Amino acid sequence: MKENTSEQNKGLTGWIDKRLPVFTFINHNLRDYPTPKNLNYFWNFGSLAGITLVIMIVTGILLAMQYTADTELAFDSVERIMRDVNNGWLLRYIHMNGASMFFIIVFIHIFRGLYYGSYKYPREILWMLGVVILLLMMATAFMGYVLPWGQMSFWGATVITNLFSAFPVVGDYIVTFLWGGFSVDNPTLTRFFVLHYLLPFGIVGVVALHLVALHQFGSNNPTGLDVKSEGDTIPFHPYYTVKDYLGLGVYLIVFAGLVFFAPNFLGHPDNYIPANPLQTPAHIVPEWYFLPFYAILRAVPDKLLGVLLMFAAVMVLFFLPWLDKHKVRSANFRPYYRQFYWLFILDCLVLGWVGAMPAEGVYVLISRVATAYYFGFFLIIMPFLSRFEKTTDLPSSISAAVISEKFDNKEPSSESYVK
Amino acid sequence: MLSSLRKVAFLLLFLITIDSGANAASSNVELIKQNWPFNGIFGRFDKASLQRGFKVYSEVCAACHGIRHISYRDLEGIGYSPDEIKVIAAEYEITDGPNDEGDMFTREAKMSDKFVEPYENETIARLSNNGSYPPDLSLIVKARAGGADYIYSLLNGYKDFPENFEASEGMYYNEFYPGYQIAMPSPIMDEIVEFDDGTEATHLQIARDVTSFLAWTAEPELEVRKSLGVKTIFFLVLLTIMLLGVKRKVWKHLE
Repeated sequence: MKENTSEQNKGLTGWIDKRLPVFTFINHNLRDYPTPKNLNYFWNFGSLAGITLVIMIVTGILLAMQYTADTELAFDSVERIMRDVNNGWLLRYIHMNGASMFFIIVFIHIFRGLYYGSYKYPREILWMLGVVILLLMMATAFMGYVLPWGQMSFWGATVITNLFSAFPVVGDYIVTFLWGGFSVDNPTLTRFFVLHYLLPFGIVGVVALHLVALHQFGSNNPTGLDVKSEGDTIPFHPYYTVKDYLGLGVYLIVFAGLVFFAPNFLGHPDNYIPANPLQTPAHIVPEWYFLPFYAILRAVPDKLLGVLLMFAAVMVLFFLPWLDKHKVRSANFRPYYRQFYWLFILDCLVLGWVGAMPAEGVYVLISRVATAYYFGFFLIIMPFLSRFEKTTDLPSSISAAVISEKFDNKEPSSESYVK
Repeated sequence: MLSSLRKVAFLLLFLITIDSGANAASSNVELIKQNWPFNGIFGRFDKASLQRGFKVYSEVCAACHGIRHISYRDLEGIGYSPDEIKVIAAEYEITDGPNDEGDMFTREAKMSDKFVEPYENETIARLSNNGSYPPDLSLIVKARAGGADYIYSLLNGYKDFPENFEASEGMYYNEFYPGYQIAMPSPIMDEIVEFDDGTEATHLQIARDVTSFLAWTAEPELEVRKSLGVKTIFFLVLLTIMLLGVKRKVWKHLE
């Protein structure tokens, strides 16, 4: 790989680069940056998430110029954006559906990491920073949904903030503190607006750290093998820049389809009714991306335990690198883990579905079984498999894997992993 | 590639299931589905129908329901000229002020005013309606599961109370309303309005036109949105096909 240092650049860029090495930085991280040559399309979702974050921040800033965070005015100010602000409907629909797209992208990104063992040594901190981003995203999305001050905004905020009252002794104090009063009201709305505007910049900061941690060891890859020679990698540009662009094209088609032709498909009609503290909607349902967690919350008859389990459902991700200590990363070579993994995906979908159903009858049972598997997967199956699972034959290197895939003859490899 | 496509399809399917679960209509009766001209990718409003619907709104609905998010000037969107709108607005009286003497006064509504609401406040509205509050209709089509089909069904869903139904006083039976008891009496009947364009004013026609009008008040941007959407998707598909070509060409170097 050619070494491109500031000395080699002449002219204005060279002059700037010597004093502020931005061009060297870009070169190292976006151009020459050696990347495994076998990444599949699931590796597109990191860059898609980054682009979505930028889309959300840009549309969000423009919306904030027109939005009014006051319980008397918020609903009408959103309608004013929809009707009277030039292209306001477009901005708002992009922002509203962008939140859903962001979660779809990030969920796939996480499931990819889970399949290919991207959380394992030496990428533990990279993974944990990702979980921090997820938590910040969830907080931001929750507060953003409150801002239009419709019925679901108000009642969703009431239900979720009330969860903290489950904690003994300090519970009520925490809830009053969050509300800034004795019910969800104007102080709640204004602080949610401020935090909804603030937290995304925190996300940007953690994303920067996420990238620093990523570029320390480079991307994982579908074989889960470490890069062993230069032959295993290709420069990021032009190979992955063009692949990311292609993925972006497909992504924007889906995104635009939602924004232009079904902008309210993922929303709830009740949120077009102004918030009314005196009238509770028939079913209070969170946004779809919270439904699996909502299902876990409602699966438990005890409120405190339900709340703790719901938080634990995210927190358990922090401990993944230590729950799964199997030396082989990729599920492609772990026949048992792979089965449990797909069952886990199905389990998350079931949790999402049951979260949208009323908490009664057979749905309660389903949500309990699904919750049990959710935690069983992380706390029992993963540690168990990391001890006892025998892997199938591993290719000797990334290059060997690429070649054998190309000629489709699965030659027995020289380096099979046996415990 | 194929497996990733399958996965995305799987997730989309999942979202659809969730959506249908979350938005399941509260009434058990299947809605009367209409083939609305504003449905679909190339959906457009039928301006003549919107104007008839506006007449139904002003002569029937407006007695109890407001459309507070709509300004008179917005009526350009259903095909009226500014001069016509000025005449329409002038029929409404609006309280303005204070004037130089500090007094409030009434004047004719202007194009820039929002539609005048039928009641001064919720208390008066409830007093005049047997304790019920007629909701604002600007967003009603977006604010109800089933959208336009629900509104159309509701307008045609009035029946006599079934036997053994414990009806509350002053309530009406509607098979599409959650709980079946609605405070609003059946608002439309044949010939309740006379259409200027000679269209026969059957109750079905009236329900269809006023529902179209309310679909427009809920989403006045619909036509612009859909036509911009078609152009955007067309552009993105072309761009993506080109990117696919570029990607294949660049990656060929590796082999």
